[in-house]
Order: sequence, then structure tokens, then C-alpha cells
Amino acid sequence: MRKNKFILLFALLLSLGLILAACGGGGSESESESEASGNEGDSEESSTDFSAAMVTDIGGVDDKSFNQSSWEGLKAWGEEHGLSKGNGIDYAQSNDKADYIPNLNRLIRDEYDLIFGIGFELKEDLQKVADQYPDTYFALVDDTIEADNGVSITFKEHQGSFLVGVAAALKTNTNKLGFVGGIDSPLINKFESGFIAGAKSVNPDIEIEVEYAESFGDAAKGKIIASNMYNNDIDIIYHASGGTGNGVFNEAKDLKQNDPDREIWVIGVDRDQHEEGQIGDHNVTLTSMVKRVDVAVQDVSNQTMNGEFPSGEVLEFGLEEEAISFATTNEEAMTDDIVSEVEEWQEKIASGEVEVPQTREETEAFVDGL
Amino acid sequence: MIDILQSLIPTVLFFSAPLIFTALGGVFSERSGVVNIGLEGLMVMGAFVGIVFNLTFADVFGSWTPWISILVASVIGAIFSIIHAVASVSFNANQVVSGVAINMLALGIGVYLTKQWYDKGQTDMVTEPFFRTDIPLLSEIPLIGPMFFQGIYTTSYVAILFAFIAWYVLYKTPFGLRLRAVGEHPMAADTNGINVYKMRYIAVILSGALGGLGGSVFALTIVSNFSHSTIVGQGFMALAAVIFGKWHPLGAMGAALFFGFAQSLSVIGGNIPLLESVPQVFLLIAPYVLTILALAGFIGRADAPRANGEPYIKGSR
Repeated sequence: MRKNKFILLFALLLSLGLILAACGGGGSESESESEASGNEGDSEESSTDFSAAMVTDIGGVDDKSFNQSSWEGLKAWGEEHGLSKGNGIDYAQSNDKADYIPNLNRLIRDEYDLIFGIGFELKEDLQKVADQYPDTYFALVDDTIEADNGVSITFKEHQGSFLVGVAAALKTNTNKLGFVGGIDSPLINKFESGFIAGAKSVNPDIEIEVEYAESFGDAAKGKIIASNMYNNDIDIIYHASGGTGNGVFNEAKDLKQNDPDREIWVIGVDRDQHEEGQIGDHNVTLTSMVKRVDVAVQDVSNQTMNGEFPSGEVLEFGLEEEAISFATTNEEAMTDDIVSEVEEWQEKIASGEVEVPQTREETEAFVDGL
Repeated sequence: MIDILQSLIPTVLFFSAPLIFTALGGVFSERSGVVNIGLEGLMVMGAFVGIVFNLTFADVFGSWTPWISILVASVIGAIFSIIHAVASVSFNANQVVSGVAINMLALGIGVYLTKQWYDKGQTDMVTEPFFRTDIPLLSEIPLIGPMFFQGIYTTSYVAILFAFIAWYVLYKTPFGLRLRAVGEHPMAADTNGINVYKMRYIAVILSGALGGLGGSVFALTIVSNFSHSTIVGQGFMALAAVIFGKWHPLGAMGAALFFGFAQSLSVIGGNIPLLESVPQVFLLIAPYVLTILALAGFIGRADAPRANGEPYIKGSR
């Protein structure tokens, strides 16, 4: 009996591990396919001898988020230069954290000149291979690496968050806003800081409740948090929490369905989440903080191809590069007045008149200075 | 205080409903002597089928879609669980291994077919999920009405109703007595003319149906789409609820509600005057600490059905 329990425990652990390993298992087909076509691509390269590829994180290449956006950027760049998948550009999908190194090695072996690592999860692995292969260029999205043949691509998410904060402050009827974060980390704190600063710039009396779900994939937690926030008179929630945000959208749509006159909104993240907010004839997505990873990927690819690789630099893409923006798809909710005022603030940020805070300390100082 | 209860109770109910369904499935299976680690996989299957059916037939069935979806999901869940039944009952395979296989298989099928059918890693959001409703008449009752019957998912009450039905079936009917006998002492049951294999098959298939129901209810009330991360750990929580509830349907229901309560408290705690000054870290770990305390302190010995996990081989002693 005792032995049985041990076996049970062991199997539980094992199955948990296997489930994680099986995540995104469907992608393996396309991966092997790309491998096959990638190899034959080497012999065909003729239009330009420069090639670029990317390794996704476990979100996969169609995650409706930054992996997908990166690949779209790479594809667009490839089209410009007569390259296609397997013929000058390629991606390798990671179904597991253990896939990062093999994927990177495969692309290096296939002699790609520039390799993108998408997402901060690849930081350590990319750093390792960058040290091992000094002749290949590497770019890391969302975090920093230190190497002469490496470049770090980061975004000024705080700027975009500031703008949606302004929009939320103009839209709210209750003067109470909510922020739902994924994991409490410096990256997500940038979203939080920008949002608070933006809202308070319009109206210093606005209250903002901040909650972290401590997960990017816990929709149930997201729903509970959202339910609690909407109960407490908060009428707009900005989420920077990946899949946890599904729960936030679900809750908002549910409330809207029962009471179509109630004015509640969600602000999306990373890309325009208009589609997620549709409920019958209404839409609860006020706007979205859009992060154009594709713009950054194209830009870095072009620079590298022209022999101007920004060696060892930390590139920051923001409003000026048009890599950060806000969505205006929901025209009913984002009235012209709001849009024009948000654009005014956008000008102010671009001109340097407003310095958007990135951390909690900076936010405090910013709010005190208002 | 009343305000807090009004926001706490509905969240507890919607969080717990899928766990109750699935845990009941676990109770049936384990009471008959078949360990079912595969609850997680059955939920994945249920969530997948529920979402796909809903997406496909939303135009045909209109507002009835979610109900038909969960029905279809439970049928498919039942069929899917036959794999576990065949392996562990007919072929005397190790039930834990078979259950793990179910978990992996379900996720693999779900993600693969999503990729094949929709050509992306996750499905769109469904247009006809479950919506909160006010229960007529009952919601008019002062005090209790707003707490229990306003803005509630009907599925939550269906889950609680199911728990009582399961209790009645297991403890008040000849069928239930046989099912439990098979799980306690299959040889004695066999000598009394009960078909051990048949009973175990029925129990496992019931757990498949309930697991599928739980998964689809989770997907249609909380997540509204399907991806590889739709069901992460809910099945294991349900399994924990089975053990926590001492393999009793009402106990399992209580355990599931307790999990929901702990989870909601960790979010809502910040608004409760008494808990306001507690650092958030403690509220976040509260669900797990409460569970350990409850398991260690208040529940006492949890005795599994005696023949749980042991394949029955005719004639062996």
C-alpha cells in the first residue's frame, strides 16, 4: 500500500512534467517540415546572400502575440528582398524550454547570418551560443544580452501604457481603474508604471488598483480578479497578462451580456485585441497597447544586411520608431475627442516634454510631481 | 460583511463547479477500485470538444449551444475514457500508467486537431459561452437572494445537484452498493454474482462523462477558447478534492468548494477590512496553506477504497 502511494506520487510528478513537455505538441510537424525545406534552401540562395531566422519561445509561431508578430516582420522583410520561408528566412518553433539550444544550433548549422531569439526566456541560451559562434549575429527580443555579435531589442512599453492610461482616464465614469499583471517582474512593472502615470496625468484623483495573477496562463484567476474589480466600481481594466487576460475578457463580456447599458471596458495588450472583446453587437475592448515587434525585427534585419549591425547595443523601440502604438479599432468607444487628446500626449512624449516612468519608484516621483 | 459575501460566494461557485463535476467522476472511478489519474486528460478532452462544438454549431442552436456542447463533451469524454477502462480493467495494466497516458493523449489530440482544423495554436473565442443569470423567484429573497441567486452560472447549481444525485446513487441504490463492493473486495463481490468487470467499466465511463462535463464547463464559463494551457492542473485539483473529500461525493463537493473559497479569498482578501493589512504574499499562498492545514488537521485519516488501484484477476487470491 505504501509503495503504491509512492508510485502514485512519482507518476503524478512525471505526468505533470510530460504535460508541460507535450504543450504545443502539434507544432512538431511544421518544425520538421521547416527543417527539410531549410536544408534545401541553402543551395538555392541567390537573390541575396544574407539570411535571417528566428527561434520562438514556447508560445509558438501563431500565439497571436509577439512570436507571431516577429515572424510576420521577418516574412515582410523577406518579401522585400525576394526571400521566402526556407529560402533565406526561417523560424524554428520551440515546444519546450529544452528546445531552445537545439533550435539555435540547427539554425547556426544552416548558416543563417542573423538569428533572433524571441522572448526573455531565451536569454541564457542565446547568450551561450552567441559566445560560442562569434561569426553569427544574434538578436534578443524583450531582454538584453552582452556580446559583440549580439544586439538586444527592447520596447518602451511604458510609453504605450501611458497612452492607454490617458484614454482610460478620459473614458472612466467612476474614476477607478484596474491593472491586472501577469508576473510581478521588471518587464510588467513597466506596463503598470506607464498606465498609472498616464491616468494620473489626466486626473490625479483617479484611483488605480493593481493586482498580479502570478501567472501568464491562469484564466480562472484572471476572471476572479476581474469580477472583484468590476464589483468594486472599477470600470476599465488594463491587462498585461497573456492568457490570464482571457479570464478578464470573459468576465467583462459576461457582465456586458447581462447588462448591455453598463459601461465597462478592457484594454488589450501586445496587439489589437478587438476581436476578443466582441459580444453580440457590443465590444468591451476600449483600445489596446500595441507592440510592433515586426517593426523592430525588420529594422534590425535591414541594418545587419547593410553591414551596420548595432554590435552589443541595447535598442529601445518606442513611439518614435512607430513600434509602440494604441489601437483605435473600437470607434464607438474611442471617440474623436479621446483620440485627439491621446495623440496630444503622444506628441509630448515624442518631443521629450513628458518622461514616462518605468519603475514603481519613478512612478511615485512622477505622480508627486504632477 | 454582506457586501464581501456577495462578491465572494458567486466567485466560489463558478470556480468550483468544474472541479465538482470532475471530482464526482473521480469518486465513481475510485470507489469501484480504478485509480483515475486521467481526470486531467478527460477535462482537456471535454474542454476541447465543448469549445469546438460550440464554435461549429453556435449558429444552429443559438442560446442552447452551451448546454448541447457540454452534453456532447461528456459523451465524447465517456467514449474517450473507455481507453482507460480497457487498459486497466480488461488488460490489468497499471492504472496509474494508463491514467498518465490518457493525460498525454488528450492534450496531444486536442492541440494537434486545433492546429489541423483552425491552423493556429488556439481557437477563437466562442460566441455562445455560459452567461450569468438571476434565478427567478429565488433571487428576490432579501439578503440570501443577491448572495446565492443573482449573477450565478446555472452550471454551478447543476454541479451541486449532481453531487447529491451521486451520493444517492452510491449510497442508496443497489447499483451503488455493488459499485462500492467491487472497490472494497472484488473477490467477495464476484462470489456474490456481481460482474466486477462490468461494474468497473461503468464506473470508469461515468468518470469520463463527468470529467468531460467538468472540462467543458470550465472552458465555457471561464476561458472561452481552447489552447494547450486551457486546462493546467484543474484535473489534479479535482483528484485532490476526491482524496480530501474522503472518496465521498458530498465530501468531494465540499473540498472543491473549499478550493474555490481559498482561491477567491486570495484575491478578494485585500478588500476585507480584517485582512487588509496582511501582505499580499500571504494571501497568494493562502489557498495552499489552508489546504495543507485542512488535510493535516481537520480531516483525519483518509481511507481509500481497499481495492483501489488493484486490477482484479479472477481466481487469484
